[in-house]
Amino acid sequence: MKLKLLITCALSLSLFSCTSRQEAEEAAKGSPSPVDAAIEQPEEHGTEVKEIVLSNPLNMEWVEAAKIIYDTKCLSCHKLTDEKVVGPGWKDVTKRRQPVWIMNMITNVDMMLEEDEEAQKLLEQCLVRMPNQNISQDEARQLIEFMRHNDGEK
Amino acid sequence: MNYATLPLFLVALHGCAPKNPTQAITGDAAEKVYVAPGKHDEFYNIVSGGFSGQVTVYGLPSGRLFRQIPVFSQNPESGWGYSEETKPMLMTSHGFAPWDDSHHIALSTTNGEHDGKWAFVNGNNTPRIARISLKTFRTEEIIEIPNASGNHSSPFLTENSEYAIAGTRFSFPLDYTGANTDVAINSYKENFKGTVSFVAINKETGNMNIAFQLLLPGINFDLSRGGRGPSRDWFFFSCYNTEQANTLLEVNASQKDKDFIMAVNWKKCEEYVKAGKGKMLGVKYAHNTYSEETHSATSTIIKEVLTLDPKELKDLIYFMPCPKSPHGCDVDPTGKYIVGSGKLAAIIPVFSFDKIIKAIGDKNFEGEYDGIPVLKYDAVLHGEVKKPGLGPLHTEFDGKGFAYTSFFVSSEIVKWDIEKLTVVDRVPTYYSIGHLCIPGGPTVKPHGKYVIAYNKITKDRYLPTGPELTQSAQLYDISGEKMKLLLDFPTIGEPHYAEAIPATLVAPNSLKIFKIENNKHAYVTKSEKDARVVREGNKIHVYMTSMRSHFVPDNIEGIRLGDEVYFHVTNLEQDWDVPHGFAVKGAGNAELLIMPGETATLKWVPDRVGVQAIYCTDFCSALHQEMQGYARVSPAGSSTPLKWSTGETPEAGLPAASK
Repeated sequence: MKLKLLITCALSLSLFSCTSRQEAEEAAKGSPSPVDAAIEQPEEHGTEVKEIVLSNPLNMEWVEAAKIIYDTKCLSCHKLTDEKVVGPGWKDVTKRRQPVWIMNMITNVDMMLEEDEEAQKLLEQCLVRMPNQNISQDEARQLIEFMRHNDGEK
Repeated sequence: MNYATLPLFLVALHGCAPKNPTQAITGDAAEKVYVAPGKHDEFYNIVSGGFSGQVTVYGLPSGRLFRQIPVFSQNPESGWGYSEETKPMLMTSHGFAPWDDSHHIALSTTNGEHDGKWAFVNGNNTPRIARISLKTFRTEEIIEIPNASGNHSSPFLTENSEYAIAGTRFSFPLDYTGANTDVAINSYKENFKGTVSFVAINKETGNMNIAFQLLLPGINFDLSRGGRGPSRDWFFFSCYNTEQANTLLEVNASQKDKDFIMAVNWKKCEEYVKAGKGKMLGVKYAHNTYSEETHSATSTIIKEVLTLDPKELKDLIYFMPCPKSPHGCDVDPTGKYIVGSGKLAAIIPVFSFDKIIKAIGDKNFEGEYDGIPVLKYDAVLHGEVKKPGLGPLHTEFDGKGFAYTSFFVSSEIVKWDIEKLTVVDRVPTYYSIGHLCIPGGPTVKPHGKYVIAYNKITKDRYLPTGPELTQSAQLYDISGEKMKLLLDFPTIGEPHYAEAIPATLVAPNSLKIFKIENNKHAYVTKSEKDARVVREGNKIHVYMTSMRSHFVPDNIEGIRLGDEVYFHVTNLEQDWDVPHGFAVKGAGNAELLIMPGETATLKWVPDRVGVQAIYCTDFCSALHQEMQGYARVSPAGSSTPLKWSTGETPEAGLPAASK
């Protein structure tokens, strides 16, 4: 979120070198401009997850729902074994990573690649950015449950 | 003097042209059009592509080209008109028509103001209207116009986009069922007719259908505009060739001192339709729609059209005399004035809507033309702009009481006061302007700021590229009293009419991806698990997925010579701006460019035995060059088993990703 705020500020400060001073002042006051409007398109991607609560037993409804998401949006790059295809296999991922870290890799990868050393290391290894697969936070939470299930949790 | 130098010469005669083009630029021009790297333009400029058959999208004030939207012409870059899904969009009653001549843009309006939903564009040659979504910037619908030839006075809209208009430029022997069409060309006066069609637009979906069609005298219907405000129930058309010539129109259609502006009361038409006064005629026309959910188009042939005959049904239309072969026919933002631009006239007549209504009420007619009442010129005239320039074509408005008219022959834009009918400013254009555009110019609330000239002749404006040059547009600042030239920018195809709309009305709604969950394509593959190859007789269907950076399957065997192979490629990406391409060696059609979440199909008919490469044509990732595979083609009748896989190699023994 920090990154996004910075971008928005920078843009509103330096809006349109070609508009009049009055217009520039209006823009600085935060009136909508085409630039802001174009950037502020709603996208589910990009809000930082700060904490999530895990509980046992696993929510099997979430596991089932996440299986469908996995097949369409994750399977192409992540196997359920420890085999790396495009990205790392998911076996033991919940033991290697904090759930919040995984959530942010799924839903907020721009921030992670900017700030997180582990995420940056992975990009160097895989050379393909973890894509935005248009997965909501709720869906990402279900995927965590699916990964825990894959790692043998009950 | 040859034709091309004529405009230059005339500009010079007028004494308003600078000695060389660069003199026309004022000091702050660069600053006014500079949009810094990473910044966005203030307006979208949606521009007709003329003989390219497409529509192009530019940013203003920078003049940067963003996109060419395929509409009436095939486009191998994206597979438009080549992919199995999009071929039906180019179907017509004449069969597959993969080209047209697109002339005029009409952006949808609500209460006469831009609403940012759709752009409409006409196909002039094989009469059609297309609707483009401003959410996807894709053509969603194309409707053919029956009983029409040369759909030029189109697709202009009524104030609330109730209707798009289609009027025949060329009258001809109408070809409805049972009509005698095999007639001598010189029997024009007897056998040739024109029509104007009102194409209803669904407020929610934008879907079009031909509500009714007016049967009209055999003359040429050139351009048109819907009324607004007080004149909202009316539509106005310029008409020429009231001489009804069928040859050498250059001379023979320029005989009369005055032709017509036709005023149509479309509300009255609706009443007659409701009252069952219309007559159904048998015709044949195509209606093609593209679905964002199935990512596929369907083409339907429709076989009848409802017609109204103004000779029998009174009070529908009136003719107003207008000097000398009028071209542009433009309504000012208040809806009170209609400007006719006689191509050969030395004045610009401005008609008053109030006076038109009064003259109709008073039956102040000078006679009839083919059964249609002709109003008296003096009775409907607000006034004439005297000696404005040579060859007036089109007029746009700034919403501040001024009109801006393009002059082809004298190659200039002339600004004039609508109430006072006086010229207040003029600027040269380079060269021979046709249409012009002010952002929101044809709406009740013009956004003003700029006027753009779309020129017919380019000559020396850019580095030469042989005999065929780019097309030329110019941007002028109209925020002050005097118009100021800011920028030249090249365009694709000959630009005819264009509209410009504030980015704020369009950009926030621009779609980023197609949600894979909503993909209802008949051959979608939503998971690599479902990727497969299916044989149905001699048809092979490949259910394929693409993801950075591999296809599943990427090895296919068991295709035989004589098979037709359909690659149905689903892009599983859900990230903005990550399309994948698909190409196969020897494909006789095109490639595919598949947006995130979309499915597209390429038909491939192998012509030889061997192993052919497939690959992704859109650089998608660092491993894009690895995004490739092979299709093996065996001889006809061979017993090579049908097999497919990705990641299955004898050496590495990696587990197969498919099965």
